[in-house]
Amino acid sequence: MNFYFTRSIEFTLIYITGIVFGLLLSVNSSKAQTNPKFKNAEYNENCLKCHGQSKYKYNNPESGSEVTKRMYIETIIHRDQFYESNHRQFKCTDCHSEEYDTFPHPGRLRMESKYACIDCHGDDPKYEKFNFEQIETEFQASVHSTKHSEDFNCWMCHNPHTYKISTRSNEKIKDIVAYDNAICLNCHADITRYQLLTDKTNPNILQKHEWLPNQALHFKNVRCIECHARTNDSLLVAHNIQPKAKAVRRCVECHSTNSILMASLYKYKVQEGRSRAGFYNGIIMNEGYVIGANRNYYLGILSLIMFGCVITGILIHATLRIVKRK
Amino acid sequence: MSGKIYLYSRWIRLWHLFNAILILLLIISGVSMQYSSLNSTIIRFDKAVTIHNISGILLTANYVFFFVGNLITPNGKYYKISFNALFARLIKQFLYYTFGIFKHQKPPFPVTKEQKFNPLQQFTYVIALYVLVPVVIITGWALLYPEIILTKILGGSGLKINDFVHVITGFFLSFFMMIHIYFCTIGATFISNFRSMITGFHESHD
Repeated sequence: MNFYFTRSIEFTLIYITGIVFGLLLSVNSSKAQTNPKFKNAEYNENCLKCHGQSKYKYNNPESGSEVTKRMYIETIIHRDQFYESNHRQFKCTDCHSEEYDTFPHPGRLRMESKYACIDCHGDDPKYEKFNFEQIETEFQASVHSTKHSEDFNCWMCHNPHTYKISTRSNEKIKDIVAYDNAICLNCHADITRYQLLTDKTNPNILQKHEWLPNQALHFKNVRCIECHARTNDSLLVAHNIQPKAKAVRRCVECHSTNSILMASLYKYKVQEGRSRAGFYNGIIMNEGYVIGANRNYYLGILSLIMFGCVITGILIHATLRIVKRK
Repeated sequence: MSGKIYLYSRWIRLWHLFNAILILLLIISGVSMQYSSLNSTIIRFDKAVTIHNISGILLTANYVFFFVGNLITPNGKYYKISFNALFARLIKQFLYYTFGIFKHQKPPFPVTKEQKFNPLQQFTYVIALYVLVPVVIITGWALLYPEIILTKILGGSGLKINDFVHVITGFFLSFFMMIHIYFCTIGATFISNFRSMITGFHESHD
């Protein structure tokens, strides 16, 4: 009797739990269908039905047959990446000519000039906190601009179809580092892209950084720009990439209580005010540890007191031995 | 008249010499890294890292030499603490160092072939060599290869705990070093104990 009673309670509980989960799932899925996240997703499918995949089809009016072609890799737009990017709410034709609606696309459209970040984001109060004007000035002063022609533009680093904010986010520092360093390595570790702007050979990054102790650890935990860009108080991410002779080489620039990491990689988290009491540069300790930069103030004081006591004890003992000697 | 006992065999003296040099290098380079600053650093940071890493690796080898040596030679017996009236013996030696020495009393535990260390020495040497040094070596290797050791054993947060244990243990070893060097001046003469570690002969009071 008792056994059957217990079993029936168990079945009832499982049944109720199942119903609750079922209701929750149905609410979520109906919400997703009735409230699409991306307002231009349907419109963009006109383009993405071809550009969203590796091949496309069209009818050849001459032969009357259907032709399948491979999509040129540079013009493939991955839906998942685009709809995670900063420009995910855009229509393709917000930036590209509406004439692309026709197929085959008119050849002259290839020559259309592209927008730069400042064309949309400049002098706009909505984007004031990003300080795009200052970014533009910093970029113009950087080696990316001064050493190259105007072909080097924002899009060389910030792909408009995939770029998303990383630094100004709650992402883990290691993820931010990996994302941002991939932007640099996109050209600096790929000779075909690197040589779009120069005839030089791509320097071997691992060899060039052989002098750096714990190289792999540094590459995982700090961004290239920590050493290769000049920090700017009014910018969250430095854009003034310096010539290699001016790159940071002194370890103590980071490994000290005045660590520059606080003005670069950890700047956003510093502004957010997440810190740890008692530690120098305590914010770094939420996600890492930098020798020389993460000393504990109280332990430092305690160690000095103990050091003083030992020295004093030795001096008193030695003095007494001298005074009391035979 | 003072007697001489051959107490420190050649391998012990060699180990001690290397240990002393390496620990000093580790303390200086370690302090230099811990207190590095833009304006004043004892040794340039990257050089301090290199010195610290190489000295740490050599110290490990030297420690293995000491550890194995103590296992296969009679020297190991000096590090076996007898817990019989240990506390009373420690206090007795402590009182000698703090009071008796100034009254020119005889040491309560004179050095003999069977008793190389007094109880206080034995206790601190065992703590230093069988607890602190292994801890500093293990945490040091973990810092040398953090991606391998820490993620596998302690997880992500292990790095900070590991570093604190390493720095604090290193700090206590620095204290041990200072006190050890000072206490070496308490011998038959001011320099006799230092001379012992070169000749191997301990010079005792008359």
